[in-house]
Amino acid sequence: MSAALRTTTPPTEAVAGHRLPLRRFARNRLAVAGLAVVVLFLLFCFVGPLLHSTDQTHTDLTQVNLAPNGSHWLGTDAVGHDELGRLMYGGKVSLLVGLAAGILATVIGTLWGAIAGYAGGWIDAVMMRVVDAGIAIPALFILLVVSAITTPDTLGLIVILGLVSWLVPSRLIRAETLTLKNRDYVLTLRAIGGTHGRAIARHILPNSVSTIVVAATFQVADAILLVAYVSYLGLGVQPPSTDWGGMLSAGLTAAYSGRWWLIVPPGLAIILVVCAFNAIGDGLRDAFDIKGRG
Amino acid sequence: MNILEIENLDVTFTTETGDVPAVREASLYVRPGETLALVGESGSGKSTVALAALGLLSGNARATGRVEIGGVDVVGANEADLSRLRGRTASMVFQEPATALDPLTRIGAQIAEVIRNHRPLSAKEAASEAVTLLRRVGIPDPEQRASAFPFQLSGGQRQRVVIAMAIANSPGLLIADEPTTALDVTVQAEILDLLRALAADSGTGVLLVTHNMGVVADFADRVAVMLQGEIVETGPVEEVLLRPSHEYTRRLLSAVPRLTVAEPGDVPAAAPEVPTDAAVVELRDISVHFGRGRRTVRALQDVSLTVAPGETVGLVGESGSGKSTAARVALGLVPPTSGSVALFGTDLGRARGRARRALLAGVGVVLQDPVASLDARMSVGECVAEPLRVHRRGMPAAERRARVAEVLERVRLPRELAGRGPRELSGGQRQRVSLARALVLEPRLLVADEPTSALDVSVQQTVLEVITELQDELGFACLFVSHDLAVVQQFAQRVVVMHAGQIEEQGPTETTLLHPGTDYTRRLIAAVPVPDPVLQRRRRAERRAALAVGGTGATA
Repeated sequence: MSAALRTTTPPTEAVAGHRLPLRRFARNRLAVAGLAVVVLFLLFCFVGPLLHSTDQTHTDLTQVNLAPNGSHWLGTDAVGHDELGRLMYGGKVSLLVGLAAGILATVIGTLWGAIAGYAGGWIDAVMMRVVDAGIAIPALFILLVVSAITTPDTLGLIVILGLVSWLVPSRLIRAETLTLKNRDYVLTLRAIGGTHGRAIARHILPNSVSTIVVAATFQVADAILLVAYVSYLGLGVQPPSTDWGGMLSAGLTAAYSGRWWLIVPPGLAIILVVCAFNAIGDGLRDAFDIKGRG
Repeated sequence: MNILEIENLDVTFTTETGDVPAVREASLYVRPGETLALVGESGSGKSTVALAALGLLSGNARATGRVEIGGVDVVGANEADLSRLRGRTASMVFQEPATALDPLTRIGAQIAEVIRNHRPLSAKEAASEAVTLLRRVGIPDPEQRASAFPFQLSGGQRQRVVIAMAIANSPGLLIADEPTTALDVTVQAEILDLLRALAADSGTGVLLVTHNMGVVADFADRVAVMLQGEIVETGPVEEVLLRPSHEYTRRLLSAVPRLTVAEPGDVPAAAPEVPTDAAVVELRDISVHFGRGRRTVRALQDVSLTVAPGETVGLVGESGSGKSTAARVALGLVPPTSGSVALFGTDLGRARGRARRALLAGVGVVLQDPVASLDARMSVGECVAEPLRVHRRGMPAAERRARVAEVLERVRLPRELAGRGPRELSGGQRQRVSLARALVLEPRLLVADEPTSALDVSVQQTVLEVITELQDELGFACLFVSHDLAVVQQFAQRVVVMHAGQIEEQGPTETTLLHPGTDYTRRLIAAVPVPDPVLQRRRRAERRAALAVGGTGATA
């Protein structure tokens, strides 16, 4: 009889399963545009120098402060570096630090939040008070103090940025964990003697993946901005290396003498990339959100 | 004239994955003072018909056909016309009283609002009428209770308030969508009595949407049976429930677990035999308290029960009785405040680390919610293999796959299902996957917490059959938690009745459920509606007589 009656409960939710979020994302034009911008900038910074190779280490005093022209499309700066090449060179640092720091922050935050939420009780209370305390101190302030003391290189900058910005993701993941840890499949696992580590690694983290990915994109955007702040104040990567924030800082004196090509390109690059990452984050959040679409 | 008339109603939902027809060519009518029950399994379209009747379908639904309430067309009506109609000529009672009321508004004010929406009364007049309505639906101390917030009331009382709002303007038509499904059986019986009395007093026509054949037998005059969006059979309740003509109705009715009730003059069977073997699980004087100080909730008090090898023990009770907590204590998920749990003869509270894990390897678990029980990020095969990964870490992958395939076939699922995602399965299939996972280690004890409560009756029957069959084959003991006395009667050898955190009584199923020893169990059994209108009418009369004598007519 079971076979005959099963027709009354068709597995209606069988439609295309997990492919749906991807299609939703593809339908969000702003998010797709954001993705395109990020991909273009990555190509520009990492492949661009192969097509447009310039010398970004030696100064060339014969070529200083040139306006955009045929051989220097974006002109040159006060020490004779080609500005287009410098935009690629600085972008490499900005994007690398931003991506790496954003991901590092998300990883730390995810582990911290998942453990706090899963453990509950006083462990949760202590871990989350640490987060509260951290959030009470502005990240920028910590960042400035630390970079003033240590003058970090690229790797150092990534680690410092990661260590100051994991707090918000940890709260998000903790909230997610609180609802997931009481799901029947986690209870079932615990009832048959499964370990806590397994519950977190196999059930809670995979099911938080949407929250984690969305948090990561916003973290990357924030990290790129933070690098720009720090470098703008002269505390980021040190010359001859540079990044977009550093370029802005170097060009600031030139702004009043009409040399716009030293300010506008790096400024625009920062705005575009940060907006693009935020658009991707919004798109991903909508794509993963099942409740919003009844 | 009919108060509700539906003719050739079609409803189609537009979704991201295409159009889904929900209702096809449905026609029905409700006469004043009459109750029409619209029955069917989940997804049959019965709720959609109810919503369409009031023009309450969601934005992605398209309805065509003719729907008239008291002669007024609904399908083509604009929102302003519908607002005049709703709450005045026709009103609705929903399933979940907790979400049907505004939590931040006093109940008297909520009822008064419904009144003043449609009638030119002063605030004071409306407030006094709200009190009258509360009295009419059986809320004690209506003057004081009118200023209560919804959270201060029990579930049954909330549903009474919802009903008071629905009848506030003496509507000609009341649409009740599963009005008692979220309630306990004793409360359900009271709410059904109330609705019946209201309909009889005022000549209101009722469209009752339900999946529960017992409720139908108790309440309806006529029945319409829906299957996959179509009405397949309509007729008087005796006709449809006792002599169904459509093949599907017959199958549906045969799948409904029936509570066998004592005939007058029956004598209790022989003395209960007490299981003498060493228990698989034994709870000794278990108490569980949640919270501290004055806020302490005593979830369990001095609960002792045992399950012998190979035996099925049914743990029954209403919501809040502590039956699920007791099962969780047996699994070690909830630590007891006092008392001890022995699993396979070993004290679970003292076992630590590896010893504890080894003990728990002998236990299988199936929980209620078919959606939440399986991790949607895993494949069916991974879900079933999880206990093997926990307890047989050295097992080669090929052997594990073979074992998963084997156990899937045991629960009557094709082995190919291992590669699919839980989302692609129906509720009944998912519960069988849960069962496969529970049995993959060949446990000596299966703990099943309402494993079929979320399923349709026909699917429930299959799942229960599979459990019984495997139990015969593998010989595991089963602690079966359920609120459904009929299922427990069919399924368990012994039954433990719980009430308010304590064990009311326990004994062999035949004697305990046919000739209960305590008042509470008697009331519980009397409140279960049976899907036979003739028998149910007699039981209702008996229950009322008993309540009148006992003077226990207190409202829930």
